[in-house]
Amino acid sequence: MHDEAALQEMRTRVVLHADRVAHPSSMEFPGNFPGEDLSWNLEEFKKNFRIVVGFIGKDDMEFDMIGVDAAIANAFRRILIGEVPTMAIEKVFVLNNTSIMHDEILAQRLGLIPIKADPRLFTFRRGANDDPTDLNTLVFKLRVQCTKNPDALPSAVHPADKYINSNVLSSHLQWDPQGEQVERFANDPCRPVIDDILITKMRPGQEIDVELHCQKGIGKEHAKWSPVATASYRLLPDIQILKPITGESAKRFQKCFPPGVVAVKPNAAGQLEATIANPRKDTVSREVLRHAEFEDKVRLTRVRDHFIFSIESTGILPPQELFGEAAKILINKCNVVKAALHASGALVAPQEI
Amino acid sequence: MSMVEPVEDTHGFPFTEHAQKFEVIPTDAADPSSATFVVHDEDHTLGNSLRYMVMKNPAVTFCGYSIPHPSEFKIHMRIQTDGSMTAAQALDKGLDDLIALSEHVLQTFQAKVAATEDYEIRDGAHI
Repeated sequence: MHDEAALQEMRTRVVLHADRVAHPSSMEFPGNFPGEDLSWNLEEFKKNFRIVVGFIGKDDMEFDMIGVDAAIANAFRRILIGEVPTMAIEKVFVLNNTSIMHDEILAQRLGLIPIKADPRLFTFRRGANDDPTDLNTLVFKLRVQCTKNPDALPSAVHPADKYINSNVLSSHLQWDPQGEQVERFANDPCRPVIDDILITKMRPGQEIDVELHCQKGIGKEHAKWSPVATASYRLLPDIQILKPITGESAKRFQKCFPPGVVAVKPNAAGQLEATIANPRKDTVSREVLRHAEFEDKVRLTRVRDHFIFSIESTGILPPQELFGEAAKILINKCNVVKAALHASGALVAPQEI
Repeated sequence: MSMVEPVEDTHGFPFTEHAQKFEVIPTDAADPSSATFVVHDEDHTLGNSLRYMVMKNPAVTFCGYSIPHPSEFKIHMRIQTDGSMTAAQALDKGLDDLIALSEHVLQTFQAKVAATEDYEIRDGAHI
């Protein structure tokens, strides 16, 4: 049987061995441990739950979410990637396209351009019978003609010098406000997030004239609607040194980890000894487990309920707002199912066949 | 328990309209303690988090979910209880608990983001 410490490790840590990951799933369910009440308790959860924000940048952020199960953390991650809506180009009306890029490829590339427009101010367009309005559709125009540059030097060789508009960029998109959109977006005109995205290249005589309709959608239908470049989490590494690692061995030990994880300093006896300085920097490559000299001296684990979340926005919404939206979407999902459950009558009486 | 009104569609999944959201497949008409619930237009996002919350209920003896076919956008959620509450009540409690949890996560997150002196702000981000 396990002793108390081994059991505690099993419950709170995911242990990484050279060839396998030990007890990865949570055991904290009622009935699993005698004499312990592991049933859901909101007050207990509030006591243990913590969020520590690491940093917030314009487009990215990192924070620690401590005290939740992977099932919950994963729901937030999945919603961030696939269910927080944004606006993206969905319809491309090609009036003229004499560039070498085929209409469908051009349309596909245009769709992937992140559009800076607050999706919360728009509604979903529900199918073809739902007419486009200024509430569910944004219109852009892309009209570019490539010409020779009359001022080019005879010695010019670079297409950017020889021709005008040889590169079609996202900055060529022109917003065509519909209805009340001018007033609604007066402070924050709709535009591509980034101005120098290359859409296609042209040569003199070629022309693109297209009208673009943006609609609200979610990443689950097409990745162009995903509001994040990536949203991911990893568990906090926890490296345990079981027996002292000293001398030259300590330096070799240090080299098994990324810089900053292990510190080698003289101990009380004046000998060099390896200590764990910052386990957070570890990538858990498991390199240390390949060396026989460290066998039984180190244990690589991860803290099961400590998630280091990273959100990289495409720039449409700031990352901290994306997470708030994700939480609201999860609450809304539950409310919709709850309403459907109540409406089904299953709660009132035993169901009849 | 009062009826919960469906929330405005601004955050909802756009394909649910006109479709049925929810079905019950009872195991035994006389025994409401076990049933399979079919939730349309949901996947692992709700399935796994809800399974976790329902399993946290001591009255529940079994809870599991599956996506019966990858082309059909629905989940089957199986719940069996010890009889002290019906399977539907256990599902309802699981939903309530998940809502309470998400609300606390949201409030905590917003409070932490508002405390701008506690973390690093990079490239002049506006918080």
